[in-house]
This record gives sequence, structure tokens and C-alpha cells, in this order.
Amino acid sequence: MPDASAISKPVAGYMAPPSRTADKAFEWLTLFMALTVVLLIVLVGWQLAAGSSGAIRKFGFGFLFSTQWDPVNEEYGALPFIYGTLVSSFLGLLIAVPLSIATAIYLTELAPRWLRQPIISLVEMLAAIPSVILGLWGIFVMVPWLQKYPFAWLKNPHHLGWLPLFRGPTYGVSLLAGGTIVAVMILPIITSLSREILVSVPNLQREAAYALGATRWEVTRIAVLSYAQRGLFGAIILGLGRALGETMAVTMVIGNRPVISASLLKPGYTLASVIANEFAEATTDTYLQALFEIGLVLFALTIVVNLIAQLLLMRFSGESLGRSVQ
Amino acid sequence: MAFQSANNHSLRKAFSFLVSVGTFFCAILVIAPLGIVFFHLVDKGASSVNWDFFTKLPKPPMESGGGMANAIAGTLTLLALAAAVGVPIGVLGGVYLSEYGSSRVNWWLRFFGDVLNGVPSIIWGIVVYGLIVKPTRTFSAYAGGVALGFLMLPIIMRTTEEVLYLVPQGYREAGLALGIPRWKVIVHIVMASALGGITTGVLLALARVAGETAPILFTAFGNSFWNHRLSDPIAALPLQIFTYAISPYDDWHRQAWAGALVLVCFTLLVNVTVRFLTRGRTVKV
Repeated sequence: MPDASAISKPVAGYMAPPSRTADKAFEWLTLFMALTVVLLIVLVGWQLAAGSSGAIRKFGFGFLFSTQWDPVNEEYGALPFIYGTLVSSFLGLLIAVPLSIATAIYLTELAPRWLRQPIISLVEMLAAIPSVILGLWGIFVMVPWLQKYPFAWLKNPHHLGWLPLFRGPTYGVSLLAGGTIVAVMILPIITSLSREILVSVPNLQREAAYALGATRWEVTRIAVLSYAQRGLFGAIILGLGRALGETMAVTMVIGNRPVISASLLKPGYTLASVIANEFAEATTDTYLQALFEIGLVLFALTIVVNLIAQLLLMRFSGESLGRSVQ
Repeated sequence: MAFQSANNHSLRKAFSFLVSVGTFFCAILVIAPLGIVFFHLVDKGASSVNWDFFTKLPKPPMESGGGMANAIAGTLTLLALAAAVGVPIGVLGGVYLSEYGSSRVNWWLRFFGDVLNGVPSIIWGIVVYGLIVKPTRTFSAYAGGVALGFLMLPIIMRTTEEVLYLVPQGYREAGLALGIPRWKVIVHIVMASALGGITTGVLLALARVAGETAPILFTAFGNSFWNHRLSDPIAALPLQIFTYAISPYDDWHRQAWAGALVLVCFTLLVNVTVRFLTRGRTVKV
């Protein structure tokens, strides 16, 4: 038996009140670190605005609507890049959205349980493939294949070649090739996010529909999809945000020509690509400022799209979903 | 309602089955690119992955042979620099979110973190160019590391916050009841018990930025030789792949495929290992 007096005797220093200064200092330190996210957004906006101020003064709002991109004559306009970015992103969504949402539905509602986790893991692995590697694959495998089969079919006047969308000589590298690679990039993002949203639909919804005698698909359609509509929309918008900023893979397959043409089989150029290609070789101040302004346009575009997506996703679940998607 | 009459029941069941089959094929299409890309990487890259690839410097165009030793070392250097920037800020920021922040403040911080996460990676390239490269008048490993560090910051902050939430509240209370100052409870008890999860988040963030090209195009810039000072331009695997892929030389194309295979294997290896080790835990990273 230990001596009782030894236990009750206070150990020296043990009862001294803990130092509040260290505690406060640590709290402030962590707060400051957390605040860097706000700081960084301000930093990005400020750097882009400062870097492009000369071009903004020189070209004004006309920059957004001019189709001239002529570094030799110091003429800069962003419209071809805005056009290319929007078209390739839209094509990417057009391909990726139906596939992703169908996959998410399969994974949460219809697939046998043993098959779910393997597919989810594979989708996550697809998300881990770096953009530059998809670009490499795009140049040497996807573009020649697209040129040989789908493009040849599309531009055949007996099929869809009579549409202005699919006219003219093709080189493989094109807006449509860019859109396809964008689709591959955003497929895993939209799939995982939609899956999370469908998983978060309360089971009571499903049980109620089953109780009425609905089949599996009817349960999904009536009870799950209608409930999850807004969240799925948020997932799509978030995918759009990623598509707009996608750089390397698109740069490698879109053809990099600053023109606006109706044909999707013609080369185009995006905001992110022109920065990637021309920033290091921008020789004059105005050229560099114009590229900074392109960056500013891209930043503004993605910020707006991301804000909308986050608001849709937050309202849907009461907290921000999709935090597992990188 | 659609499912009232009994006589079309088998029809409805058949339709439901058809939808299952259709969505199954969609799932196959979604994961198909993974298999196809990996097949081509092995097919075109495996034969060029040899001892020289890991030990030699790149050769000038039209000369065959050579390797990417400097790019591999460069990528590892950049990752170390990125970790030096991103890990302390990200982890401590995550600690604030999990341990101190009120729900209102946290809402805003998370919101900004998510928005920050959506900033295109090319934007980080030009921002760090304006921030570091322009004032110092040279591309440098430092600039590349900072760009990648900023990129991984919101990811680490988020994963840290999530794994700290998993530490049972009782641990904190037990520590505080012993009279241990709160910061020590957080560092020695909460963070220590979540160390595995924090490491997982950091590793996944590193695996992700290892493949990033756009932010280092005009910060690290690339280099055909060894980098001797961190204030000089440095080579990186993704940069080298990009340069070689858009070059007109067949030999460089082969090297690009080999580099891509090595990079993908590294990324996937980290991903698979980490996910395997953390299997069954509720944290999703």
C-alpha cells in the first residue's frame, strides 16, 4: 500500500496555473496559418491586377472583345481564347456529365455491393493521372485515332459533314480533341462528387418509394434523383470550373491557333494554353501584361464558377461537400 | 402513379434491369481511359526505362541515349521545397479549423479554402512569377517549390482538419483535466494520435503536385543539367515530359513515354499504398 500522505502531497509546480501566453500564442499562430487561404486569394487577385494594369489601361474593355492576337504588331485581344475555353469546356461537359452521373447512379443505387469499391478505387486512380501524361497520350494515341475514325465519320457529308460544325480539312488537333481530353480529366471529379451526393440522400427516401412498389430504377428516379438534383448540378458546375482551368492536356491537343471558327474539327486556343505556351517567350512588356490580363480573365471566370458551385453544394448538404475531390 | 397497375410489373422490372446494364457500361467507359492510358505507357515507355534513364543527363536532340536523372532529382527537390512551404501552414491551419474556430469563422475559412482549391494551377505559375521570379530576376527551384507549396496548401489544410475531427473528444478532455495547457494537449495528444492521418494527407498532396506542370513552367523553368544552387532553374519530370512530347524528335518521344511511365508509377504507387494502409478508416482524402 502506498503511503496516503505521499499521494495527497501536491507535486511542486504541478498546481501552478498553466501559462496562458503560450496558449494564446499557439491559437494566434494557427489562426494566422488558417487565414493564409484568404491571404492567398487576395495575393492572386492583386498580382494578376498589378501585372496586367498596363494592358488594362491600354486596351480597356475592348481586350475582351477583340479577336486580334498579334504580338508582332502589339495587338492583343482575348476573344479567341475565351471562345476556345468555353467551347472546349462545354464539349468536355457534354461528354463527361452523362457518363459521370450514370456511373454515380450505378455505384450508389444499382451495382452489386462487391463491385462498388473496386470501381470507386479505379475512378480515384484515374483522377491521379497527371494532366501532362494525358496530354502525351492525347498527342500520340488519341488525336491520330480521332482523326482516323470519329472525325472522318463526322465530316463525311452523308453523315454530319453538311453541318458547319464539322466542316473543313482536319488535322486531328482541334477544339473537339481538346474537349475530349477535358472530358477525361473531369470524368473522375464529377463521378466522385455525384456519388458523394447520392450517398448522402437519406435512406428513408428510398424506403418510402420501395414501399409503394417501385422498382430499383423507379426508386432512383423518383426518390433519389429528384432529391439530389441541386447537388448534382453543383457537381457539374464544379466540373466546369476544373474544365475552364485545365491546362497541359488541352494545350497539347487543341492546336493552339488563336482563331474563332465554327468548325469543332479546327484548331483553337484556350486562356490557360496561351499562358502556358507564350508566357516564357513574351519579349515585350505589353505582351507580358496582356498574358497577365488573360490570367486575370481566367481567374475571374473560375472564381465565379467555383463560387456558384460551392454555394449549390453547401446549401444541398448544410456543409461543403466534395472536399474529398481535388 | 407509374407503378400502380400490376400487369406491367415485369415490363417495369425489365426496364429497371436495362438501366442497370446501361449505367454499368457507362461505368466501364469512365474507367476505360485509365486502362488504355496505362497500356500505352507500358507499351511505349517500358523499353526505354533502363539504368541510363535513372542515372544519365539528357542528351541533345538527334543523339540517342541519355536519361532523366536530373529531372527525377529535380522533382524530388521541388517536392521537398513544396512540403517546406505547404505542410507547416496547411497542418497548423487545419489545427485551427478543428480545434479553435467557431462554426461561423470555419464556414468562411473552408469556403475560401475550397475556392482556392479551384484556382487553375497555371494561375499559380504566373502569380509566383510576379512574386518571386520577377524581383529576383531568375527562375529558381525556390520559385517552383513555392508555387507547388501554395497548390498543396488547401489540400493539406482540409485533410488535417478532417483527421483531427476523428480524434475522440475524450482524449482532449482527459488531457485538459490533468491541467496540461491546451496547446500541449493539441500538439502532444491530438496531433500525435492523428499523425498517421496527417501524414497520409501530406503524401497524397505530394503525389498530386508531383505531376503538376503548369505551375512550374515559368518558376522552376527546367534545366538540361544538374541544379547546383536552389536559386537556379531546376529540371522536373513533368516539365521534361512536356518538352520532349512537343519536340519533333522520335528519340525524345520515347524518353517522354518512359518519363511518363515512371511518373505515373510513382503517383499511383503512393496513392495505392496510402489507400491500402488507411483502408477501412472513415477519412476520405
